[in-house]
Amino acid sequence: MFKIVKREEMSDGGVILDEIEAPLIARKAKPGQFVILKANETGERVPLTMADTDPEKGTITVIYQVVGKSTRVFKSLQVGDSFQDVIGPLGKATHLEKLGTVVCVGGGTGVAVMHPITRGLKEVGNHVIGIIGARTKDLLILEDKMQAASHELKICTDDGSYGHHGFVTDVLKEVLESQEVQLVVAIGPVPMMKFVSKLTKEYGVATLVSLNPIMVDGTGMCGGCRVTVGGKTKFACVDGPEFDGHQVDFDELMLRLQAYVPEEKKCDDDYCRLTGE
Amino acid sequence: MSEKSNKKGTASRQPMPEQPADVRRRNFEEVPLGYTPEAAMAEADRCLQCKKPSCVEGCPVGVDIPGFIKYIVSGDFTAAARNIWKRNSLPAVCGRVCPQEIQCEGSCILAKKGSAIAIGNLERFAADWERENGTGELPPTAASTGKKVAVVGAGPSGLTVAGDLIAKGHAVTVLEAFHKPGGVLVYGIPEFRLPKAIVGQEVNFLERLGAKVECNAVVGRTVSLDELFEQGYDAVYVGVGAGLPRFMNIPGENLVGILSANEYLTRANLMKAYKFPEYDTPIPRGKDVVVLGAGNVAMDSARTAMRLGADRVRVVYRRSRDEMPARSAEIHHAEEEGIEFHLLTNPTRYLGDEKGRLTGMTCIRMELGEPDASGRRRPVPMENSEYDMSCDQVIVAVGSGANPLLTGSTEDISLNKWGYISADPETGKTTKKGVWAGGDIVTGAATVILAMGAGRKAANSIHDYLTWGW
Repeated sequence: MFKIVKREEMSDGGVILDEIEAPLIARKAKPGQFVILKANETGERVPLTMADTDPEKGTITVIYQVVGKSTRVFKSLQVGDSFQDVIGPLGKATHLEKLGTVVCVGGGTGVAVMHPITRGLKEVGNHVIGIIGARTKDLLILEDKMQAASHELKICTDDGSYGHHGFVTDVLKEVLESQEVQLVVAIGPVPMMKFVSKLTKEYGVATLVSLNPIMVDGTGMCGGCRVTVGGKTKFACVDGPEFDGHQVDFDELMLRLQAYVPEEKKCDDDYCRLTGE
Repeated sequence: MSEKSNKKGTASRQPMPEQPADVRRRNFEEVPLGYTPEAAMAEADRCLQCKKPSCVEGCPVGVDIPGFIKYIVSGDFTAAARNIWKRNSLPAVCGRVCPQEIQCEGSCILAKKGSAIAIGNLERFAADWERENGTGELPPTAASTGKKVAVVGAGPSGLTVAGDLIAKGHAVTVLEAFHKPGGVLVYGIPEFRLPKAIVGQEVNFLERLGAKVECNAVVGRTVSLDELFEQGYDAVYVGVGAGLPRFMNIPGENLVGILSANEYLTRANLMKAYKFPEYDTPIPRGKDVVVLGAGNVAMDSARTAMRLGADRVRVVYRRSRDEMPARSAEIHHAEEEGIEFHLLTNPTRYLGDEKGRLTGMTCIRMELGEPDASGRRRPVPMENSEYDMSCDQVIVAVGSGANPLLTGSTEDISLNKWGYISADPETGKTTKKGVWAGGDIVTGAATVILAMGAGRKAANSIHDYLTWGW
C-alpha cells in the first residue's frame, strides 16, 4: 500500500498536493517521469507526472486538480490513508543538458510538473527563465518553488489579478524578442502548449512539451495514448511523455481527450450526489 | 471385452450445457455451465485408456490424461485434480481456454472414429470440483533449496514456472506490472470465457504453496533485471507477454472510436468497465461495431461488444473463413450470438466527422492468391472494389508485437529481428547468464498452453542450473 504522508491543499482545495510513500519509485524516478495511481478496488488508473521525489524518505509527490470522480476520490483519502496501487516510474525522463538560456513555461497544474524539470535544468548549468500562469491568482501554484528553481520568474494571470495581465505566450514573446533562447519547455493545458509551440516555431526555438493523454496501462500495451508527432503515431506512455512541440498534432490530442466526456460527467455527478459535494 | 470396448468407442460425447445464445449475448456470465458429476463420469467412461496415449503427446505440458480420467470414472475427483496438478498448475484455466481440438483431443483415437473424449471439459470439471468441494490440502513440495528465483510477469507462463519451482523447493517471487496477477488471463480473456474469480483462486493456490506475488512492479522501470540479481535472486524468468498492439497503419487511425483490442479488453476485463459506473473506468459502448481480425482476441472483442449492447457487430477479415485463426468453438459461439462475418474485406482508411469521431471505413474486397510465408493463401486486393461501410466503433485485433519496455532496458539480452527475445527452444535460456524467457515475448502472440509449455521447459532448466550450474 502507498500511504499518504503529507497533504497540502492549494487554490481553495481545488488543487491537492499528496506526498506518498513509494520507496521503489522514489529511488528510480527522474524529472519528467510519471506514475499511475489507483485509489481503490473500483478505481481508475490515473496517470500523473511526478512533481517531486525524495529518495531518502522514499516518497513521491503528485499535484492534481480536482476535476472529476477519480480526483475527488483521491482527495477523500486522508493523511495516513493509502492508495491501493501506485505504478512507476513510467515514461522517459527529461533530457537535462546545458544549452545556455532555457525558458520553462508552466500553466495551471502543469507548473507542478514543470518544477522538477526547471530545477534540473538549472542544476546542469542553464540560465533558467521561468514563466508561470493561471486563470486567476488563486489558481497559481508553487510560486515560491519556481522562484527558487529559476534565475528569473515571470508571472501572469488571464484575468490580471496577479502579475502580467494576459497569457504566458505574451510574456514568452517578450523574452524571445529580447534575447537568444536555446530551449523552451512548456507544460500545461493542451491549448497553452499548442500556442507556445506555435510561437516558438516562428522564432525557431526548440520546444519540448509534456503530454498527458488518456491511457490505461502506461507500459505501451494498450495504445490508448497514441499521439501524432511529425506525422507518425507515438505512444505517450513509452515514447514520451515529452515530445517536440513543433511536431505534435495538438488538435488531434484535444479531440482524443474528449473521448469519455459524457462518461466522466456521469461518474462525477453520481459521486457528487452520493457524497453531497 | 470386445463388447466393452465397442461400447466405449461408440457411446456419444457428453454435451456441455451452455447458456442459450440469445440470453448470454447480453450478459457476462460464463457461457459453458460445466459437467455434473454424472455427466463427467459418463464422459470419462468413454476413454479407451490407451496403452500409448497419443493425447498426452498432444499436450504441451504432458498431463497424464488417461490417468486423471480413470480417477473420474471411479468418482475420485480429488485424485483426478491432484493428478493434473503434477503437470499443470492451472487446470481450471486450461480446461476452459486450451485449443484441445488441435492438441489432446485432436490426437485422441476416438476423434478418428467419431468424437474425441472431451478432455478439456473433464479437466475443467476436476479442477472446479476440487476448488469447490476439495479439502484445500496442498500437494507436497520439496525441501527448501535456499535458492531464489524472480519470475517477471504473472501470466500463464510465469505462473507455471512459479508453480514448478516452488514444488522443487526454490523460493519464488513473481513480479507483475499490472495491479492484479494473471496476465492475459485477467486483462485479455473475458469473464464469460474465464471467470476472474477462478484465475484469482489459481493464483491464490500458488501463493498458498509459497510463491510471493508482487504487483505494480514494472521490471525495466521500477527495477531492472540486473538489480534483481543484486537483490540476491539466483535466476530470473522473463514471461512478460507480447504486449505491443498492432494497428492497421491506415489514414484516420487516431479518430475517437478506434481502439486496440488490448485497450478494449483491458478496460472491460481488468478494469471491469463492463460494470461502469460501479467501476470507474469507462468503455465506449459502440452501437455499430467492427472488429478487425479473426483470431481468438477478435472473437473475444466482438462478443464483448455484443454484451455491451451493440445493435450490430461485424468481424472484418481480409482472408476467408478457412484461414480464420480463432478456435472453431469461439467462432461458433460468436456466430450463435449474432456476430456477422465480413470476409475477404480489408479497410483502407477510416472516416470521421469534424469532432474527430469515427463514422465509418472505406473497405476493399480481397481475393485469395498464392500461398504466402505462413502457408496460407495471400489475400490480394481486387481493383475498383472499394466501398464505404458505416460504423461507430472499430476494435483493432490484428495481432501484437514485442513490447520493448523490458528488453530495451536490458543490454545483454539478444533479440531477434522482430524484437522478441532469442531463447533456446528446449530450455528457454537467453544470452544473458541466469536469465530464461518464454511465452509470447519469445514466440510472438500464441496460446496460453504454449506459454505454459515454455514455462515448464524453462522451470526444468532453471532447476538444473540451480542444482548443477549454467
